[in-house]
Amino acid sequence: MSDVNVLHATLPGAGLEHSSAPSALAVARLMLERDLRLAFRKSSQLVQPLAFFAMVTTLFPLAITPELSRLRHIASGVLWAAALLASLLALEFLFRDDAQDGTLEQYALSGRALTGLLSAKTAAHWLLTGLPLALMAPLAGVALGVPTGALPGILASVTLGTVTMSLLGAVGAALTLGVRRAGALLSLLTLPLAIPVLIFGAHATQLAIRGEPYGASLTLLAALAVFGMTLAPLAAAAAVRINLE
Amino acid sequence: MAWTWFHRLASPPHVYRTAGRLAPWFAWPAAILIIAGLIGGLWLAPPDYQQGDAYRIMYVHAPSAWLSLMVYTLMAVAGGIGLIWRMKVAHAVAAAAAPIGASFTFATLVTGSLWGKPMWGTYWQWDPRLTSELLLFFLYLGYMGLRAAFEDLQRADRVSAVLAVVGVVNVPIIHYSVVWWNSLHQGPSVMYLGKPTMPPSMLVPLLIMFLGFTLFFAAVLLMRLRGEVLNRERTARWVTEEISA
Amino acid sequence: MTGISEATLKGESVHLWRGERHVLRGVGFTVSSGECLQLTGPNGAGKTSLLRTVCGMSYPEAGRICWRGQDIRDDLPAFHTEMAYLGHEPPLKMELTGRENLHYWVGVRRRYARAQLDGALERVGGQRWADRPVRTLSAGQKRRVALAGLLLMAVPLWLLDEPTTNLDVEGQRLVGTLIDEHLAAGGLAMAAVHHPLAVSERGLRRLELGVV
Repeated sequence: MSDVNVLHATLPGAGLEHSSAPSALAVARLMLERDLRLAFRKSSQLVQPLAFFAMVTTLFPLAITPELSRLRHIASGVLWAAALLASLLALEFLFRDDAQDGTLEQYALSGRALTGLLSAKTAAHWLLTGLPLALMAPLAGVALGVPTGALPGILASVTLGTVTMSLLGAVGAALTLGVRRAGALLSLLTLPLAIPVLIFGAHATQLAIRGEPYGASLTLLAALAVFGMTLAPLAAAAAVRINLE
Repeated sequence: MAWTWFHRLASPPHVYRTAGRLAPWFAWPAAILIIAGLIGGLWLAPPDYQQGDAYRIMYVHAPSAWLSLMVYTLMAVAGGIGLIWRMKVAHAVAAAAAPIGASFTFATLVTGSLWGKPMWGTYWQWDPRLTSELLLFFLYLGYMGLRAAFEDLQRADRVSAVLAVVGVVNVPIIHYSVVWWNSLHQGPSVMYLGKPTMPPSMLVPLLIMFLGFTLFFAAVLLMRLRGEVLNRERTARWVTEEISA
Repeated sequence: MTGISEATLKGESVHLWRGERHVLRGVGFTVSSGECLQLTGPNGAGKTSLLRTVCGMSYPEAGRICWRGQDIRDDLPAFHTEMAYLGHEPPLKMELTGRENLHYWVGVRRRYARAQLDGALERVGGQRWADRPVRTLSAGQKRRVALAGLLLMAVPLWLLDEPTTNLDVEGQRLVGTLIDEHLAAGGLAMAAVHHPLAVSERGLRRLELGVV
């Protein structure tokens, strides 16, 4: 009984609730920790995009030619098309589970900024899908005959590109939250918006493969990521609220 | 029954009747201007010294391209108004405009590729303007697909409005990244539009066609808006009265 | 307690449409500190819709919801920090334990001492199974975890949608007791129910919604 009294002593009006509200950073860390923990408890979802990426990359030598000297020319396109498709694959689940069990509702009613909470979720999503893809892209590059000198460029460009993909994907996933079997629609919504990422990313990779400086394209990719970070959470939060309504 | 429509001006019967009254005022001038523009463009204007008569497809292509962009922007603005002021007529405008805009985009693609045949010797070139137009077409398809995916009309309205706003922010980024991509690959761009010195005998019919197409769009929009309002208000008493009258 | 005693939740002729259905037709109510509003009515009468409108998720076409005399739309985040909503399903992750669920769910809203979490779990009789994954818990136990979350949030306004679903007789009595204690401490509650709540008559008010 005494515990209940303790709880009620912190009722607003007693003036304690503001001091007990955690900081935005603490909340973001909590969200991140939660999503990572959840992901590792059902890790099959983590492996699927990576396996898909490897599989798509394998299709091209089989469909075109096994000669590394020729594959090298199309390697940047293959890597980027495969990376975009693989990061799309995982998007459908970005908010779906949380929407189904009512967690998203609780976030929307928590009194915290939904943009911040969704940003944290998107960051977790990138850590779980984007970053592993970026780490795997150089490996796929080697398999496509890319010289080792180009691998840092591939790593850097895919890292930046997947950040933007996760952000765009958060918007797409939030928009299609109320749609059953949203997979194809989600791709149709997200891919046209991802074209600039594809163009700059593939170009940076191409330059890296040719051994030319690719810093300018990386800067453009970074600019896209920053732009996405500022606007995508707003759009995603608006879409989530509409879908909860 | 009119609880859903706050603003007297935006009340459905008012919009329905006003749209019906205004439509002819746009339709007739549009018809006259388009006929005049076609006569001016197809007969009176001189053949081009480089392109011969092939350039004349511009008189349909260029106004369509202008409208494809204008309608998308209009959709985003209407959607934004609908989101911010919860004005449902604005959403009806966006819903009515989308298929028209998609049609103009399709017309731009078809006329562009017909123009390409005599110019490039092929129906399709990855010219930056046509490529952007193709991506815009995908944006329209995504918008209409998202709209169709929701059973609840209000949710469809609001979610697709968020998408339109996101899309309109991205259209310039997509366009300029495509232009940049094209400049890397030195693709062909022989479209007529960039040419600074166009003799008045060519320019005047073009301007007439621009105006005519825009008025034509307005007329079609008003008529489709009537249908949209009727459909949305089909249970309301005024609709039954309107139809039986 | 003096600060809380002035808290009032008021609905003023709320109209809500769901597609072509006019779900809420001018619903009005007042709940003050120490009172519980019991929402009854057949399926489809709009009980859940009303709760979702009150918590600010659904936007009424006309009318307004006022908290402490102010339209909740004026400052939704501030209102949300003072209320807790429990929907049909407990908002729990199957892969996490009961304790972890509470940690992440309530942790977003407020800091609390570990003893408070233990106290809340003990209050719902969950200390024995709180460290098991929620997947392995019965529906009633999940409901109890959600109730512990409700206690831990320590907010004045409770909005509950069928809080006794899946609970045994003892659990239903627990819900009644928790609400009674909450009201005694100056809290407010609004609950949509099929079966009357086991709460004391003193603070109980009733709102019956009809089918459209």
